[in-house]
Amino acid sequence: MHPIVYIVFLPLAAALIAGLGNKALGPLPAKLLTTGALFAACALSWPVFCGFLAGHGEASVVPVLSWVHTGGLAFDWALRVDALTAVMLVVVTSVSALVHLYSWGYMDEDPDQPRFFAYLSLFTFAMLMLVTANNLVQMFFGWEGVGLASYLLIGFWFKKPSACAAAIKAFVVNRVGDLGFMLGIFGVYLVFGTVDIPAILAAAPGMAGSSIGFLGGRFDTMTVLCLLLFIGAMGKSAQLGLHTWLPDAMEGPTPVSALIHAATMVTAGVFMVCRLSPLFQTSPVALAVVTAVGAATCFFAATVGTCQWDIKRVIAYSTCSQLGYMFFAAGVGAYGAAMFHLFTHAFFKALLFLGAGSVIHAMHHEQDMRFYGGLWKKIPLTFAAMLAGTLAITGVGVYDIGFAGFYSKDAIIEAAWARGTGLGHVASFTGIFAALLTSFYSWRLVFLTFFGTPRWAGSEHIAHAVHDAHGAGGHAHDHAHDAPVDAGTGGYHPHESPLTMLIPLGLLSLGAVFAGAVFHGYFTGVETAGAFWQHSTLLFDRDLFAAAEHIPQAVKWAPFAVMLAGFVIALYAYKINPGFPAMFVRVFRPLHAFCYHKWYFDELYAFLFVRPAFALGRLFWKGDKAIIDGLGPDGAARVVAQGVVGARRLQSGLLTSYATWMLVGLVAAVSWVMAR
Amino acid sequence: MIAILAFYLFATLTIVAGLAVIVARNPVHSVLWLICAFFNAAGLMVLAGAEFIAMLLVIVYVGAVAVLFLFVVMMLDIDFATLRAGFMRHLPLGLLIAALLLAELFFGLFAQGTGALKLGTADGSATPPVGASNTEAIGTLLYGHYLFLFEVSGLILLVAMVGAIILTHRQRPGVRGQNVARQISRRPEEATINTRPAVGAGVRL
Amino acid sequence: MITIGHYIVVSSVLFVLGVLGIFINRKNIIIVLMAIELILLAVNINLVAFSHFLHDLTGQIFAMFVLTVAAGEAAIGLAILVIYFRDRGTIAVDDVNHLKG
Repeated sequence: MHPIVYIVFLPLAAALIAGLGNKALGPLPAKLLTTGALFAACALSWPVFCGFLAGHGEASVVPVLSWVHTGGLAFDWALRVDALTAVMLVVVTSVSALVHLYSWGYMDEDPDQPRFFAYLSLFTFAMLMLVTANNLVQMFFGWEGVGLASYLLIGFWFKKPSACAAAIKAFVVNRVGDLGFMLGIFGVYLVFGTVDIPAILAAAPGMAGSSIGFLGGRFDTMTVLCLLLFIGAMGKSAQLGLHTWLPDAMEGPTPVSALIHAATMVTAGVFMVCRLSPLFQTSPVALAVVTAVGAATCFFAATVGTCQWDIKRVIAYSTCSQLGYMFFAAGVGAYGAAMFHLFTHAFFKALLFLGAGSVIHAMHHEQDMRFYGGLWKKIPLTFAAMLAGTLAITGVGVYDIGFAGFYSKDAIIEAAWARGTGLGHVASFTGIFAALLTSFYSWRLVFLTFFGTPRWAGSEHIAHAVHDAHGAGGHAHDHAHDAPVDAGTGGYHPHESPLTMLIPLGLLSLGAVFAGAVFHGYFTGVETAGAFWQHSTLLFDRDLFAAAEHIPQAVKWAPFAVMLAGFVIALYAYKINPGFPAMFVRVFRPLHAFCYHKWYFDELYAFLFVRPAFALGRLFWKGDKAIIDGLGPDGAARVVAQGVVGARRLQSGLLTSYATWMLVGLVAAVSWVMAR
Repeated sequence: MIAILAFYLFATLTIVAGLAVIVARNPVHSVLWLICAFFNAAGLMVLAGAEFIAMLLVIVYVGAVAVLFLFVVMMLDIDFATLRAGFMRHLPLGLLIAALLLAELFFGLFAQGTGALKLGTADGSATPPVGASNTEAIGTLLYGHYLFLFEVSGLILLVAMVGAIILTHRQRPGVRGQNVARQISRRPEEATINTRPAVGAGVRL
Repeated sequence: MITIGHYIVVSSVLFVLGVLGIFINRKNIIIVLMAIELILLAVNINLVAFSHFLHDLTGQIFAMFVLTVAAGEAAIGLAILVIYFRDRGTIAVDDVNHLKG
């Protein structure tokens, strides 16, 4: 059987067994089963990918089960394997396997480990179904599956109210996007008569220019379809407007953030756009919208990320920003560059998240960077990993040598410029400015966390750790015999993470460092990429990438320049002159507040949607109680009760009253008889 | 002529007495008015040729039942001075119902008068025999045709008597009556003891 | 000429008076018993009148039995009243509400 079947269904089997076994199975068997299944899937994925790299892969479809055959609608469960799928396969399975291994160490003290690993494997299965889908409905199945797994994992610590709220927020915002996706699928079926992807893509050019009725007006068919599908991508990939769930999703455990909100689920939108690239190519308007939204998200997230104090939030906004890069790359037609950035980003973002998890683990779950400082001596291996990740994301590199981000980000910026349109130039500028901010906040994170003097004495989590380490109360006075306490440490000594956490960090570091150099030719190389992408649905615009080589030097060097500028500014502000940030904030207070409060999107949405929704709910709740219940059950009961009170008065116990009523009855009967 | 006059006299007095029974303040007055009503009703019955029943009314009803009422009224020591306010409250409804009832009865009468309603006809079995007095005629019928019912009515009276005694009988504590059976069954051994006390010593019982 | 109608009128009025007496009475229970006697009297007059005008003695026999039963009933009723009074100390109508629900 084609290995793809094993790749997709091994995680499902592991998830089912671990999930249903749960406490009965025990943590160790569950962990072994799921992690083993994922490593097996990963081991099977790389040969498939390398096969495509070598050029002798063919796009194939492996049928699994027939699904729907009714009337005009027919689609089956089938697994599509082509170059695009292969890229996603290695990304998903590799990161997932490493996250599984990492979770052995990170979730070591958690009582619900079987459930966690089951959810992780379930998510992986859903994501794999998404990427191997050969029809839109199966893709939607995977789409919803990853949404579900995301909800379950964000709300994993369900006893925390903030986690539950965040899980609901993620699901609901995704739902809004999914509505657009669903409408898109319906529209596609309406227009093309099928939901089969190859059929749609083949028929797409023929539909360009036609018009469709939608919401009462007539619009260009392909534009409407692509925009609806893109709304789905916006929800899933946290683009501007439907992004509010991503930072709050950090309530989940860090491995979850690494897997779902860095490498895989959020990239599903990018993947979908690339998978349907021939569709998008028929609608310039849709592409323009994609570019604009991508560029806007890129800029927005970068500005917000510079102000955050929570280490995971900084990385979350960084993800959001990088996703913007991928989208505007797709928007200008550089789908190969978008996928390449997706590929490299998966590695270095997962690395950054897992590294942050390692720091959080070492700092006893403290996440506020104001309580970090001077950690490079205490946790040197984590420091090295984070350094590698930061070098990758900021795109350190010169000429043709560099870390992963250097290749992918520069490819995007250059391609956007090379597109030549006004929007392309704007997108390119935005990308460059965002790169400046990316560099700044990435190095800010590193300096705040690993350099300077320890500042964690004031942290509550650290206080708990010290308390727990020294036992309850009574031994506190033994402190005096310890070695002199470093100022600011509060007596707490962070220690390095266990091996199960360090191995994934190491492997991902390798990816972050070398993935760009090794693979850039296959993804974006002018000569070589065509051969790689030809067996997939992704349209590779050779001319665009050729033109990208001939853009002005200023644009080519700009990313390098801004990367250095960001580094220098961060160095100055957080190492050389630590008072600078406070002064900056004082001077630019409104600007800082605006960025710190995420451009007040949450407040805006609360005002526009949440409060009216709650008001509507309250109206229906109270209205239902008052009107429907009042007329129905409650009202009937009340009438009966009041009637009873009246009826009770008849039972006075007075003989004469009874006699009276008997007489009344008698007279009434006689009258009735006489009247007839 | 006399008969008609007598009838109207008796009828009017009966009705007036009836009214007075229910509106009289003093229950003793009520009883006396009841007695008056009974007498006048007896008069009506005499006019109808049923002198036996009329005398029965006077002897039994007046002589026994009304006197019984009088006994009870006087015995119960009722505070008859207070007229409860509820009288007026229920009067409208009561009058309405009474008026309705009266109207219906008159309607029936009217129907009979116009011939729409036929009275039953006697089958002749109980026709008063010519020449016999009313008492004789009733006696013949009662001890002949209705003997069983007559005996049963005697039983009813017996039951009523027994019932009344049982209901009202009460044991009075502290009354020392004679237990004749005990007296009779005394034996000399229980009553007397032969002793030979020493001189000067008393008798120990 | 005195017809059956006259007797019926008298009888009816007396009957209604008796009925009225039962439920407009608020003074004491004895009035109720007396009103019952009025009703029975009215019935007796009716029966005798019909017996006279239909030449059928059955009416008078019936009236005699009514009399008998009325006497018995009055005795029992008064006995009950007496023991009720012994127990409660009052026979005011408004206080006789022990059947109150």
